[in-house]
Amino acid sequence: MIRIKDIRKSFGDVEVLKGIDFEFEAGKNNLIIGKSGAGKTVLLKILIGLFQPTSGSVWYDQLQLGDLDKNQLKELRMQIGMLFQGNALFDSMNVEENIRFPMDMFTSMTAKEKKDRVNLCLERVGLEGSNLKYPSEISGGMQKRVGIARAIVLRPKYLFCDEPNSGLDPKTAITIDELISTITIDNHITTVINTHDMNSVMEIGDNICLLNQGKLAWKGGKEEVIDSENEILQDFIFASPFLKKLKARALGV
Amino acid sequence: MISSYLEHLGRFVLWQRNVYSKPENWRMYYKEFVRQLYDIGIGSLPIIALISVFLGAVTVIQFYYQMEGTLIPPYYIGYIVRDMTIIELAPTFTCLVLAGKVGSNIASEIGGMRQKEHIDAMEIMGVNTSAYLVMPKVLAALFIIPMLVCLSALISIMGGYLASVPTGLFTSAEYILGLRSFFIPYNVFMMFVKAVVFAFILTSVPAYQGYFVKGGSIELGAASTRAVVFSDILILLADYLIALVLTA
Repeated sequence: MIRIKDIRKSFGDVEVLKGIDFEFEAGKNNLIIGKSGAGKTVLLKILIGLFQPTSGSVWYDQLQLGDLDKNQLKELRMQIGMLFQGNALFDSMNVEENIRFPMDMFTSMTAKEKKDRVNLCLERVGLEGSNLKYPSEISGGMQKRVGIARAIVLRPKYLFCDEPNSGLDPKTAITIDELISTITIDNHITTVINTHDMNSVMEIGDNICLLNQGKLAWKGGKEEVIDSENEILQDFIFASPFLKKLKARALGV
Repeated sequence: MISSYLEHLGRFVLWQRNVYSKPENWRMYYKEFVRQLYDIGIGSLPIIALISVFLGAVTVIQFYYQMEGTLIPPYYIGYIVRDMTIIELAPTFTCLVLAGKVGSNIASEIGGMRQKEHIDAMEIMGVNTSAYLVMPKVLAALFIIPMLVCLSALISIMGGYLASVPTGLFTSAEYILGLRSFFIPYNVFMMFVKAVVFAFILTSVPAYQGYFVKGGSIELGAASTRAVVFSDILILLADYLIALVLTA
């Protein structure tokens, strides 16, 4: 579980996050949603320690991120997996080398153990036999899967996904969502997904945090979305006239 | 403007602590070190060899032109080529060329990794990216560039021979006599000191420029240019300071 308490972040005179409290639960898909410029990416970067908050605290279970020394931070980071929006796969390495990189760097596993683990992760994401392909030789969806395989290779306790569906067609996006969700539930991982994909919200949004102008505008699960009377949420989820009409028809209005 | 330079200098100095910290995994760093040895060393060999041949050849022809008709014996040209090459031309010219070739490459490689979030990805894994991406490059350069400079001096002297003896400017015996006259081993030491200092500059400065790049491809191009320009200026400045200190 990850908790944030009164997180504020300013860049110069501009306050991007204005005191956010939230609890990201273990074994659930925790979604951070909001319009562009709402502060989602800044919040995600604060959660993973790439940005320091101006004030407030981030707790990984019993550990406060800001209080950790260099070694503790390194240990914590080994328990974190991250899927980047642009995948961040190393171009000069093939799929197997990309997935193996964290093991090469941080474990004393034998070559066979590493190979087995890579194959298991590839199997998990449905990419068996793609070991020797380079990132430039595979599709965007496959790159996402490789990114997920690399993120889970060290069996993380926390998984962060930044816009996992960006640039993917709706069907592939749903497959990626399902994959993340299955991994989260099976391994009881605290997964935090930064997204503005409405399919993701409705499919896997177990615990949703809606940001608006740097503030927490709404929180709840996917089941509560349709019935919620929060205007910001409704405006955000049912942004287009088509979706508004669809909702009205569904509610029989 | 001065405060901006001082800010960069301060950040560069503070960053060195991260760059030279204990590796997470010696084997991975060694692998990267060997890769850099190959890229910097073998990769630069053809251009260094080509430049060095012409460096020696032009030096011989220019000095022959200057000394023709004087009472200075022709074998002095061999002596002049040797010392000029060892003390100045081989280390400075080689490293200025390497600042362009290796330096811009390092700045673009690290800057590209910054832009594609590779550095963020490694940081989140717990990798000290300053150390992993920079230290092997600097160490490989400190190891291989003095060898390249040494080779450059040798090829340059051979280039002088090729430009003078077969063309009949003077005899082989005269050139070799010049090469073997008035040799001061301290000059070789000076060459190696220069090579090591220049190697540090031409890898650290571009690495800094690439590591802290912000923005898109235009900024990356600008960082790459800055890497080469600053490296060249610092190499020439260091050349002057080393000459002052080691010949005092």
